[in-house]
Amino acid sequence: MEHNSPTRKTLWIFAVIGVLVYALVPVIWIISLSLKKPDSIGDGSFLPTQWTLDNYTTAFKTGFFTAALRNSIGIALIATLLALVLASMAAYAITRLDFPGKTAILAGALAITMFPAISIVGGLYNVWRQIGLYDTWIGLILPYLSFSLPLSIYILAAFFREIPWDLERAAQMDGATPMQAFRRVILPLAVPGVFTAGILAFIAAWNDFLFANVLTATNASRTAPVALSYFTGASQFQQPAGAIAAGAVIVTVPILIMVLIFQRRIVSGLTAGAVKG
Amino acid sequence: MADIVLDSVIKRYPDGFEAVKSLNLNIADGEFMILVGPSGCGKSTALNMIAGLEDISAGELRIDGKVVNQIAPRDRDIAMVFQSYALYPHMTVRDNMAFALRLAKVPKEEVDRKVQEAADILDLNEHLARKPANLSGGQRQRVAMGRAIVRDPKAFLMDEPLSNLDAKLRVQMRSQVARIQHRLNTTTVYVTHDQTEAMTLGDRVAVMLSGVLQQVGSPMELYDHPTNLFVAGFIGSPGMNFMPATLTNGTARLPMVDVPVPAAVRERLGRQPDGRNLIVGIRPEDFEDAARVDRESRDRGVRFRAKLDLVEAMGAEYYAHFGVGANPVRSEELTELRDDVGGVEETTESGGIVAVARLSPNSQARTGEEAELWLDATKLHFFDAGSGQALTNER
Repeated sequence: MEHNSPTRKTLWIFAVIGVLVYALVPVIWIISLSLKKPDSIGDGSFLPTQWTLDNYTTAFKTGFFTAALRNSIGIALIATLLALVLASMAAYAITRLDFPGKTAILAGALAITMFPAISIVGGLYNVWRQIGLYDTWIGLILPYLSFSLPLSIYILAAFFREIPWDLERAAQMDGATPMQAFRRVILPLAVPGVFTAGILAFIAAWNDFLFANVLTATNASRTAPVALSYFTGASQFQQPAGAIAAGAVIVTVPILIMVLIFQRRIVSGLTAGAVKG
Repeated sequence: MADIVLDSVIKRYPDGFEAVKSLNLNIADGEFMILVGPSGCGKSTALNMIAGLEDISAGELRIDGKVVNQIAPRDRDIAMVFQSYALYPHMTVRDNMAFALRLAKVPKEEVDRKVQEAADILDLNEHLARKPANLSGGQRQRVAMGRAIVRDPKAFLMDEPLSNLDAKLRVQMRSQVARIQHRLNTTTVYVTHDQTEAMTLGDRVAVMLSGVLQQVGSPMELYDHPTNLFVAGFIGSPGMNFMPATLTNGTARLPMVDVPVPAAVRERLGRQPDGRNLIVGIRPEDFEDAARVDRESRDRGVRFRAKLDLVEAMGAEYYAHFGVGANPVRSEELTELRDDVGGVEETTESGGIVAVARLSPNSQARTGEEAELWLDATKLHFFDAGSGQALTNER
């Protein structure tokens, strides 16, 4: 088999360029929009003729967007952390222990992920208003958890399954309590899985619009994606497109940072130390 | 250091299967005990019960005189070497070895000293800062040993610790394990399916089959006086040759020759009814090229002619394979042996038994030729054809 024939190489280059263009043009477009002056938004040129950061300053000048960013970061982080802690313990139990109802739990978890969010959001709205969770952080964290937990459990269970049971037995023989064995031996080895699950949970919480739109009302808990839709132009007759684009770029940044930080840990593979010879 | 006593220990699984059936075993302080048997014989289960990784269904396990049935593995103060080594991949060699000590809150200087000591014994000094992934198989095996040694535990448990090494390294590590055990003089229970390891390492060897302990004894005891067909066939390589025989008037009628049974052997056998069906076992080294037997020995045995199907030159000896002209003996234990152990192969040829003789390197025997062989009559092993129990063993 010839791997590096010239035709093959050129084909690859074209394919890669094609994918890059397809993926990046919308992003660049949004960035370009966010750097245009409000009156030149519709001028039809792909790159701004006059560069300006006005849109970013307006985005931050409106108090509700900064508040929304704070809410977004807080809610997404808390939801992610809770999901990871609960999911890692649940996944560990599911992979290591044999208990009645194990398959039921897994099936239930899977069923929840298949539940369309739109079908429960109405009911949730009423319940939340009754018990006072409407327009609070917890009111959003709870539904996010219920959707990110099953996914995290599945991902982590797959990772735990790959860890040889002998390691845990060795830890037991070495004098570790079950908790110590879990924390000092099993969890460090499942780190790539934890980060994978964490990123997915974070992105899901961060990007959510449906729950955030229905279950929030004020700056107390409104998240950034919802806040974007509240942008208005300088006057009634002006398109807020520039400000919205600026907000969209800002909202993307934290996720970008998260992925860049954890990407290496995810790629660095599972049991890099292996067990046998 | 401590003795380990298994008192009628039983392992029964929820589905009713008994992996270990009423096992009685006394392992003395400082003794090197080998549990050996084919896969699925319950030896690893027995070891895991001593470790505390498996519950004991019935019976009593005492370590150092104390019943430990209900005590968690971490409180039994025993170290285990796993077949997979089970090194912690995210820790360096040093951390791997220090893990148990750190959990036990041993002061840092002492941890360092003990790890250093173990590293000296195992020649791991230049690897202390490396991760298991960057070590060779032999080095990983030594780290696994080191992890057990640093703790200075009451006992070592080893679960086929050498089976992942290649053949040459295994022989090397085998002697190292023996030396370390001798030096530390710590009670050791060692599980293996390899009878060579069992013979060379153990103070005593316990042979198990289907969850039942067959025989316990020193390696030579098992070799010279096996209690039944299974132990006889399992210990020794190449394995013992089995063939049907009848005993009439003090003469054993083997398929290839009639052997007058020497008085000493007859005495050990006791009175046997005439014409009784037996199975005779002959170790390969109890054959010899008739031309190479010295005058004094000659009278101890009988000569017979056999056509050699195959002669393997091993350097220090020849292995001569020849048909004995009888159908293979049928016995439950022999079937188990052949099913479970690849080592004892059934070398049938046109349906008959093939015996293996170990001949002197000076022998002129060649493949395909007929040769005169000699058989030492004093070394015959007799077994009951029905029960498989040894008849020569009443001592």
